[in-house]
Amino acid sequence: MDFKFTPENLARINKEIAKYPLKKSAVMATLYIAQEQNGYISNEVIKEVAAILEMTSEEVLGVVTFYTMYYQKPMGKNHIQVCTNVSCMLRGGYDIWNLVKEKLGVDNMGVTSDGNFSLEEVECMGSCGTAPMLAVNEDYYENLTKEKVEEILKSLTPTLSKGEGVKL
Amino acid sequence: MEKIVLPDIKDIHILDVYIQNGGYTAAKKAFSQSTDDIIDQVKKSGLRGRGGAAFYAGLKWSFMPKTTDKPKYLCVNGDESEPGSFKDRQIFERNPQQLIEGILITCYAIGAKIAYIYIRGEYHKWVKLMQKALDDAYAAGYIGEAMKEKFSTDFYCNIYIHKGAGAYICGEESSLMNSIEGQRGYPRVKPPFPAQNGLWGCPTTINNVETITNIPQIINKGWEWFSKIGEPKHPGTILFGVSGHVNKPGVYELPSGTLLTDIIYNYAGGVPGNKNILCVIPGGSSMPPLRGDQLEGVKMDAESLKAAGTSIGTGGIIVMDEDTDLVKVLARIAHFYHHESCGQCTPCREGTGWLEKILKRILAGNGSLSDIDLLVTVANQIEGNTICALGEAAAWPVRFMVARFRDYFEARVSKEVNLQVANKVHSMRHTAIPLADLKN
Ligand SMILES: Cc1cc2nc3c(=O)[nH]c(=O)nc-3n(C[C@H](O)[C@H](O)[C@H](O)COP(=O)(O)O)c2cc1C
Ligand code: SF4
Ligand code: FES
Repeated sequence: MDFKFTPENLARINKEIAKYPLKKSAVMATLYIAQEQNGYISNEVIKEVAAILEMTSEEVLGVVTFYTMYYQKPMGKNHIQVCTNVSCMLRGGYDIWNLVKEKLGVDNMGVTSDGNFSLEEVECMGSCGTAPMLAVNEDYYENLTKEKVEEILKSLTPTLSKGEGVKL
Repeated sequence: MEKIVLPDIKDIHILDVYIQNGGYTAAKKAFSQSTDDIIDQVKKSGLRGRGGAAFYAGLKWSFMPKTTDKPKYLCVNGDESEPGSFKDRQIFERNPQQLIEGILITCYAIGAKIAYIYIRGEYHKWVKLMQKALDDAYAAGYIGEAMKEKFSTDFYCNIYIHKGAGAYICGEESSLMNSIEGQRGYPRVKPPFPAQNGLWGCPTTINNVETITNIPQIINKGWEWFSKIGEPKHPGTILFGVSGHVNKPGVYELPSGTLLTDIIYNYAGGVPGNKNILCVIPGGSSMPPLRGDQLEGVKMDAESLKAAGTSIGTGGIIVMDEDTDLVKVLARIAHFYHHESCGQCTPCREGTGWLEKILKRILAGNGSLSDIDLLVTVANQIEGNTICALGEAAAWPVRFMVARFRDYFEARVSKEVNLQVANKVHSMRHTAIPLADLKN
């Protein structure tokens, strides 16, 4: 199935292009916009981004695979990232990781069967001073305890339609 | 004590409040002076980069060619992905207008018409906060063509945010430029250096967010004032991020040369349970770790830390108490560098994987004495043999941790050499040679 940007998103992309002397430089921003619209970076997305920015599909794919924040498969509605790097680890980061893993029943880069949650073990997120931490989509949750994590997971469930969500 | 980068002024992040407190007067002052004068003042102030290498900011600016037909660029490095570092986000949140004013002055001094602030992708919130600050400053005429009128000057520049997407390596300056250009974020071979051949082949200066945020105060209060704060060879205040086993983790802005023990015990409230300190990494995970008994009298500035056998890095202080499993810590650090290696150089791509593998083996209780020397050998083969400094960043923690905690590591391995496993590591990742083939 072809992928086309919405007119609003095309306008956003043009604003990004205007920041740079070459169109290609807008590729990272364009991929973010594409991911927002499509949920993930499909081959069709790559083709369309390449056409708009006058790049080859291979070049776009090269950018997509270089970074960890572009996903080539659909992730959960709530994408949960847990940092286990040193500063978090020293303050219980792995306990948080294991707890979330157990609650969701998926491992690293796994998606729950209902598509509501996905899990990712991430490197230092810049929250070392407020460790341990996790992020849900774009939001940081810091100074975590196991109790707080359970609350966060619970609070995410009502945003989903009936019958969805994690067993708590 | 005076704070330069994160002053204790309520709501200073709001443009009006910033202006009420003398905001944008430094830019006005700077635009009435020659660019050489500005560079000279920054040189004399002794300001050194806060992004890791502590390079002299004024000297770096002076490398920018004076006569060139090409456009010039400034990149402001807010990739902040070094484990243990969380200071630049404080500036985006608490004092973004001073960062913007610093960018205006820097652009003027080096002759750049465009500045890109590179902010790591995970910092969605801080990208938004910084964008809001930029929008406000644009609307009020402090950035862009309008600034000509605002400051009664011929000079103007534009400032844009470039959002990263999750790659530690993009904090390395040449990788950062490739990332902005829309390529894979591979570091470039140097020379040529960015001042000659940077963004799109044009002269470019790259500075850390904190470095630039110091500039307005240096211009306003004078280089002499700045040069007298803290240690003369590395003057000013530094944002120290303290994390790990302390009672009050967080960012503390303190004069350079503040005692490490003072930061840990007084500012960060000491170690929970009054435990002893086993190990401290003083400048982010890439820097050589210190033993708990090496901390006394160590001052936090580039020269003092060099003398103490380590490095200031990003000023991210990671504290580990006596109950910490150092093998686990080092294995986690090794995993990070393996994960973040861009893969261009064989010693880094393969070596970081080997380090992780050996450390995980020791962690699992299958290590042998020879593994400890093997770690050092692999680290030594990475160091100095790579395109960028991620090689050193991966090698240093291993080399120095093993050297400074040799007994600790020896106690964690069995005394007998396990040939079966040793062989596996010596061979390439996917092509283990059966032991039998090695015998003849
Ligand atoms: C692997 C690697 C990662 C780096 N990450 C950052 C970073 O996140 N932020 C930063 O300011 N400098 C980082 N640096 C240092 C930059 O290459 C560069 O030296 C610095 O931005 C220059 O700014 P300064 O002179 O103001 O310190 C990194 C270097 C390496 C080798
Ligand atoms: S040292 Fe490592 S990260 Fe740096 S260019 Fe080489 S492979 Fe890439
Ligand atoms: S180590 Fe987890 S946020 Fe830095």
